[in-house]
Amino acid sequence: MSDIPKISLRGVHKSFGSKHVLAGVDLDIPAGESMVIIGGSGTGKSVLLKCILGIMKPDAGEILIDGMPAGKDRDAFLARFGMLFQGGALFDSLPVWRNVAFRLLHEGKSKAEAREVAIEKLRRVGLKAEVADLFPAELSGGMQKRVGLARAIAAKPEIIFFDEPTTGLDPIMSGVINELIREIVVEMGATAMTITHDMSSVRAIADKVAMIHDGKVQWTGPIGAIETSGDPYMDQFLHGRAEGPIEAVR
Amino acid sequence: MILLTHIQFFLASIGRSTLELLASIGRVAIFAGVTVGHIVRPPFYAKELGQQLLRIGYFSLPVVGLTALFTGGALALQIFAGGSRFNAESVVPQIVAIGITRELGPVLGGLMVAGRVASSIAAEIGTMRVTEQIDALTTLSTNPMKYLVVPRVVAATIALPVLVLIGDIIGIMGGYLVGVARLDFNSATYLQNTADFLQSGDVTSGLIKAAVFGFILSLMGCYNGYNSGRGAQGVGQATTNAVVAASVLILASNYLLTELLFPA
Repeated sequence: MSDIPKISLRGVHKSFGSKHVLAGVDLDIPAGESMVIIGGSGTGKSVLLKCILGIMKPDAGEILIDGMPAGKDRDAFLARFGMLFQGGALFDSLPVWRNVAFRLLHEGKSKAEAREVAIEKLRRVGLKAEVADLFPAELSGGMQKRVGLARAIAAKPEIIFFDEPTTGLDPIMSGVINELIREIVVEMGATAMTITHDMSSVRAIADKVAMIHDGKVQWTGPIGAIETSGDPYMDQFLHGRAEGPIEAVR
Repeated sequence: MILLTHIQFFLASIGRSTLELLASIGRVAIFAGVTVGHIVRPPFYAKELGQQLLRIGYFSLPVVGLTALFTGGALALQIFAGGSRFNAESVVPQIVAIGITRELGPVLGGLMVAGRVASSIAAEIGTMRVTEQIDALTTLSTNPMKYLVVPRVVAATIALPVLVLIGDIIGIMGGYLVGVARLDFNSATYLQNTADFLQSGDVTSGLIKAAVFGFILSLMGCYNGYNSGRGAQGVGQATTNAVVAASVLILASNYLLTELLFPA
């Protein structure tokens, strides 16, 4: 494995008005690893993902993929990523199979071929072929997440982002989605970055964990070390304590 | 001292509002510029354009047709009543034709379509913004301006003149029906007078206005939806802003276009 990390963040800053959401984030994610980023709501986890994808522009700092900044060819850059959005973000106006095969259709793949890939990916996430012709509004929350997952992996990306993959799901469905994510990431050999505040997701998905608070990475380490990290932020988050360095709004 | 503070506060609030207004105008102008830039550069999404032509054009036909029909009828009654004050009842066909083609067809058609289309565009794109569908488009290497905004703006700019042309015909028909059924005009004479009087410039000026109104109303729908605030309230506000801005801009640009096309 090469020493150059797949994703490398150096001093990434992002502010909205006077609110400093990211205040110098430094993080390396090696190729093929599954990094889970945890932190309370509104700590800039989603902003970090959007900065890496170029949906938002960081105010300062460097974001490198395979040691290189994003080039001018946005399409080629984005083709390396897949993303599962928090609410699924499925296109309401398109049937499920067109959602899954969206990138393939826009890259010029024939309808029949794209549909075949979509159905195969839907099967991979545990959905039957009949679902392909339904519209997103006709699906349950768990099914929408699965379709979102199928869309994220349809074009075989090198890097997959999961934004709060279990939000809004019951504990059993959360377990199923966590397991699916883990299986798919291992099977594809992709580099994964998940943001969540669900500790069951962390334990199921992560190789490594990074804790973000006050716009900075407070602690990072392998999943096995979270119980013994000795970091007060990590400890407070892990045990869900109201008392500690992270201020709880009551 | 207190008076001075009040004056300062008053002036500052005027300054703030003016700056905010100018900033908004700037943002809309940049959005319009970017949209026009994308219209001429590939990729083009022909299927989306076709769908929008159907939604904006075809499905607006009943609204525009009914508006034109009743307006033409009411116009005939009004001109007859007004004309009778100086024995000029016979001008009904001519004034109905000119009134519908130059002004009422494009303006009322534009306003009705603004109510129907600008609101639905703003609500749709606003919801897509709130549910991260626009971000999802970007991550799937699809430019949302090209995929969402351009087809809607181009479709409305093409569809409005066609709608208004059909509206013109229906509006004149409305006047004719009232003229013949209620005001005892001779059917053939009414049509002959309309045809003799109407000039091509009357119709084309209305169609030029309609194209501009189509551009404005779709742009306002897209702009407000694209910049929608969070949640249901944000989308609701975006929808209201789209209709209000589109309507006011249609009326204001109508005056400017009339000055340009028919200088006094």
